[in-house]
Amino acid sequence: MRLAFIKTLVNLAERDPRIVLIVGDLGFGLVEPFAARFPDRFINAGVAEQNMTGIAAGMALSAAVVFTYSIGNFPTFRCLEQIRNDVCYHNANVKIVSVGAGLGYGALGASHHSTEDIAIMRALPNMTVVSPADPVEAQMATQAVAALSGPGYLRLGRSGEPLVHEGPITFQLGKSIQVANGDDVTLIATGAMVHLAVQASRDLLRSGIGARVLSMHTLKPLDESAIVSAAYETAAMVTIEEHSIIGGLGSAVAEVLAECLMRPIPFKRLGLPSEFVSTVGSQRYLKEVYSLSVRGIVDATLELLERTTLDHPTKERFALRGSR
Amino acid sequence: MTRPEELSVDATQDLAVFAQSIRIDVLRMVHRAKSSHIGSCFSIAEILAVLYGRVLNVDPVRPYKCDRDRFILSKGHACAALYSALATRGFFPRDWLDEFYRDGSKLPGHATHTVPGVEVSTGSLGHGLSIACGMALVGKQETKSFRVFTLLSDGECDEGSVWEAVLFAGHHRLDNLVAIVDANKIQSLGRMSEVLNLEPLCDKWRASRWSVREVDGHNVLAIKDALANVPFEAHSPSCLITNTTKGRGVSFMQDDLLWHYRSPNDQEFADALSELKAAV
Repeated sequence: MRLAFIKTLVNLAERDPRIVLIVGDLGFGLVEPFAARFPDRFINAGVAEQNMTGIAAGMALSAAVVFTYSIGNFPTFRCLEQIRNDVCYHNANVKIVSVGAGLGYGALGASHHSTEDIAIMRALPNMTVVSPADPVEAQMATQAVAALSGPGYLRLGRSGEPLVHEGPITFQLGKSIQVANGDDVTLIATGAMVHLAVQASRDLLRSGIGARVLSMHTLKPLDESAIVSAAYETAAMVTIEEHSIIGGLGSAVAEVLAECLMRPIPFKRLGLPSEFVSTVGSQRYLKEVYSLSVRGIVDATLELLERTTLDHPTKERFALRGSR
Repeated sequence: MTRPEELSVDATQDLAVFAQSIRIDVLRMVHRAKSSHIGSCFSIAEILAVLYGRVLNVDPVRPYKCDRDRFILSKGHACAALYSALATRGFFPRDWLDEFYRDGSKLPGHATHTVPGVEVSTGSLGHGLSIACGMALVGKQETKSFRVFTLLSDGECDEGSVWEAVLFAGHHRLDNLVAIVDANKIQSLGRMSEVLNLEPLCDKWRASRWSVREVDGHNVLAIKDALANVPFEAHSPSCLITNTTKGRGVSFMQDDLLWHYRSPNDQEFADALSELKAAV
């Protein structure tokens, strides 16, 4: 995703002289094409994220469109107050880009795990939060936040994420993309978890369960209507994110379900527990540990549907399907 | 760009009167609102009077004109003094000052960009200089004529982010940037020398490639002379350390930490007002 990002940013900057990239002394092997093409619009602020973000706000208030770039929690938590007061309060045209979504820096340890960023970023007024699923979405998301007037947060994977979309897509901030059709259960995923959710939906189909999969690339503003529609059109809902289950996609969807539905829906949040990872391991390994895998999604979905058949009015419907 | 011309004796007096009018406004505002930070406002009265009376190229009729000088009050808690200066310059009606800090007011208790003439919202210390760097950088890149001024408190220089910005501005030779430090030597819980000693403060800025001058922060002529000649050196950002006294202008408030917090009661208000008026 990060390659799609930088390639897109270079293309955008060719057409829009307002675009500036500021990095916090990170981006080796990535940002060089931008720096070489636009030396006057590339700034390395040094290992100083607070200043990086304040500078971005000051430049944006002087009509620039500024992207700040770093990894993990450095461009977000390290300078959170600058994001809140200098960027968001002034509705400044600053786009914060973080690479290494979730457990992307797996074996580097908990300091580098970006696992609460969605929760924090989506709590900030004026902030748009985007978590693309694959390089195609990353390209479209970069274009969309660049065109957005105001603050944006772009959460990118670093691990050569596989393609979810095989062809061109329609991408609109705040509008989820249905990547698999189904009327039995809804899987809502964000970031690289979308790819696993699609695979899980194929496995579920083999058990006769039609799973709708939504790529919820924008966490804020949230596509409430797609969530509500899915909640009425399918019998259960599972959210899947490489993020703490506190405050992220699952929480955001739960807020919508709790306020907008006239009847309860069986619901499960898959994500990381609120703890620091205590095992050493690659992203793939750690995701397995926390059941953020195709198998984990399938099992959790089946378990939820089983409960649904036991205590939910849709029991008959599932009994029917089971006998098919 | 309009540049300040030499001041006559009368004009110097005008600036001193402007500074004292800021103190009187602040006293009224803080007393009426029962708010704090009167000492922090009094220490910068002369600095603001010189900036808004003489130095800044700003236009209340066109507050957002592109070539305006930018001023950021990084010590946003002293906003009452800024609001007074802005009202005097005609950025908004003076009667707004009467509603400072009160329910439904247009003037909150820290500098806020929704107020005409306030460039940037501040209130959390250590933010203003970075934003100023960003503005100055755009000014340099686009060869604009505007200059960027920011006023920090000395206690604010405890913040690490200030030194990130100090390093950045020196490295990038932002000679359209001016940092003014209100060195009143008192921070929220005590004297700077006791809480976290920043001395030698001038040397710290110099070591980061800033051109530094030090003046009496209550001498309008000295401040004017310094700020009329920025950058102090070509290709360097300028830092003006202004030695000030917290609570300056009212004998029982001067150099006393208490007046960072205390709001004057009716008797104190009357005493302070007569002392300030007598000095005009």
